[in-house]
Amino acid sequence: MTDDFYERRANGVREPDPTLGRRTRQQRPLPQPTDQAVVEPLPPAPEDEPPKPDHHARPKRERVILNDPRRGAGTLRARVELEEQTSWGKLLVKDHLVKVQLRTAMLLAGLVVVVFGSLPVLFYLVPGFSRLSLAGIPVAWLILGVLPFPFLFGVGIWYNRLAERNERAFVDMIEN
Amino acid sequence: MQLNPWALTGIVLVAVVTFFLGHRSSRSATSTHDFLVARRTVRSRRNAAAISGEYLSAASFLGIAGIVLKDGADALWFPIGFTAGYLALMLFVAAPLRRSGAYTLPDFVEMRLGSTGLRRFSTAFVVFIGILYMVPQLQGAGLTLATILPVPVWAGAVVVMVLVAFNVIAGGMRAITVVQAFQYWLKLFAISVPAFVLCMVFFAGGGPDGFRPLGAPAPPVFTSDTTVDVQTDVTLHVRSDTYLWAYGRTDNGPAAGPTHWTPLAPHTVSEGTTLKFLAGTPVPVVSDSVADNANWLHPASGSLTDLLQTYSLMFATFLGTMGLPHVLVRFYTNPDGKAARRTTVHVLLLLGLFYLFPTLLGALSRMYVPELLVTGKTDAAILRLPSAMLPGVGGQILGAVTAAGAFAAFLSSTSGLLVSVAGVVSTDLLPGRVRDFRVATGLVALFPIALAVALRPEDISLSIGLTFALAASTFSPLLVLGIWWRKLSWPGALAGMFVGGGLVLAALIVNVVSGYTGGWAPWFVNQPALITVPVAFVTTYFVSRATGYGRPEHVHDIMLRLHAPDPLGFMRDRAVARFGQAEEKTRIAGRGRHRK
Repeated sequence: MTDDFYERRANGVREPDPTLGRRTRQQRPLPQPTDQAVVEPLPPAPEDEPPKPDHHARPKRERVILNDPRRGAGTLRARVELEEQTSWGKLLVKDHLVKVQLRTAMLLAGLVVVVFGSLPVLFYLVPGFSRLSLAGIPVAWLILGVLPFPFLFGVGIWYNRLAERNERAFVDMIEN
Repeated sequence: MQLNPWALTGIVLVAVVTFFLGHRSSRSATSTHDFLVARRTVRSRRNAAAISGEYLSAASFLGIAGIVLKDGADALWFPIGFTAGYLALMLFVAAPLRRSGAYTLPDFVEMRLGSTGLRRFSTAFVVFIGILYMVPQLQGAGLTLATILPVPVWAGAVVVMVLVAFNVIAGGMRAITVVQAFQYWLKLFAISVPAFVLCMVFFAGGGPDGFRPLGAPAPPVFTSDTTVDVQTDVTLHVRSDTYLWAYGRTDNGPAAGPTHWTPLAPHTVSEGTTLKFLAGTPVPVVSDSVADNANWLHPASGSLTDLLQTYSLMFATFLGTMGLPHVLVRFYTNPDGKAARRTTVHVLLLLGLFYLFPTLLGALSRMYVPELLVTGKTDAAILRLPSAMLPGVGGQILGAVTAAGAFAAFLSSTSGLLVSVAGVVSTDLLPGRVRDFRVATGLVALFPIALAVALRPEDISLSIGLTFALAASTFSPLLVLGIWWRKLSWPGALAGMFVGGGLVLAALIVNVVSGYTGGWAPWFVNQPALITVPVAFVTTYFVSRATGYGRPEHVHDIMLRLHAPDPLGFMRDRAVARFGQAEEKTRIAGRGRHRK
């Protein structure tokens, strides 16, 4: 496996770098997507290349991008709207997405803090509990040495799911 | 210790594979973009393996087993905290941080708060944290190499640093990504296989001297006649009258023959002393560790101080992980914010898998290598355990596997730290071209080597604890408040970093001084996070409230970019804006190769 596996695509067409061409004009709107494949002009050539008059000039290179179904016309409109910072767009990000994401993160962090935060106090106040043992292994060692890791992984998966759902819901909402 | 050809072979193999992988992937690294963030094209699974490989440092590979051997159940909070730190990072930082498009932590600071002064200040902290974290890695490397080869302790540090610097100079982030991902799997192998084999030995009858239960409320005992060479000055405690033979200096007087130690006072043993114990003698332990097995086995069985120390450790590790510059710089290599989150989920899995094993080996060490409690070199537990439990070639081979894993741990952590510090130095103090990155790497590499040779080899986990506390008290308020709170101002962030960082540094200095003058420092000097982190957050909050002029002008634009979902396409790459597009340069240079 070569190290730039990610740049290879099945038919030799490279996936466009999401940041490509954002250097010169940051607020350039994305190409107008339609239901067919679209033709996008290349971003301006880097300045290192001297503009030389070429007689048998090659036809201008064009990049062919297959349609991305998720990026509809609604997204574009919403994007422009958000970028222009209308009060609508401002409110939308602030009150919907950021608030929802922060609430999700806080809830899950609270869950973890409550679970882990209560354990030392529990062991300290109820010494008998830490002396229980299960098949020769002290329960405390199972609780502290094994169980936290599946627990943390589970919370991680859960958050990932919630966060992606929130983002999808936000995109859907501004598209409509 | 005697020459162990197996371990030497293992270490040489790891070094060769590391060098080969780094060399192979550095051929395609040509631009600043490659060197800083590996072109931001690292897939989440490989990135997760690389992050875990980088994160599982000497503190995780050797330190956790050592501290479990010494402190028992309370030490289990270390692996929990090390893992939970990634959950906190994922919940509050990962995706927005990647969407910011920054290429180093100081660059994020400038992007968010628009202050170049604050950028310089955070550069200083990144460099300091990076070097502070590298020192124990190098000291651990010295310790490992010195146990298998008759070389001085500094030799291992130099070998690791030279190898790492070579890879980093050749290919930067692009080279070490593959190396670190490989080293994660190597470390998992190197700790899980010995753990399985030694557990089987344990259940099959318990090694050379039979089964040894840990449940008894007595101190551990020597089960065979044991000779211990004390290589650094230690203070030992015994729990009952102990008869032994000492040759050298004990209790500030010469000793040459049988002695008797009472449990009434601690006993000092000087460097170069040899102690001999008969089978059945209770093991004296170094003064800061838990003496009897009952306290060792049960968590929080100590005083209220222990409880507070546990909470302090939780604060430091939960919030400190997100402030470690070498962890954050790996998140910039993700393609987008969503990938950054997915990477973290994978990291949680990989770390959880790994951390099951050091605990197990630490518990076995308590039974089979208690003499480490006498010398205080508990960090060597994982390296010594296999040959103690399984005499002969089998034990030697297993010991070689653990030594190779430890060596991989030093290499991967050091390379990640070196890349992050060199990236910051080359873009903030130098113009940021590839050549500057290489120069910065060479310069940065010198400082940790000098410190590793000069400073006293502390317990690896201890100084790592302070590093986490420092990261938690400086960068974590800045990141969390910067991402979620619009009213953060640069004077507020500066004040928070200054106060939090200053307090931790003060604790560090007091700790070192107290370590040289008899260990009088109270608990919060060892584990200051419980105090410093809230103080840093509160300072940041109130100073930001008071200095509304310090908020950036376009805070809404910035927030939009941090939080807008990736398909909307607001992400802008600051590295491309500053250093140009990586692929274009490659194409012009004519270095593009056709690949299969």
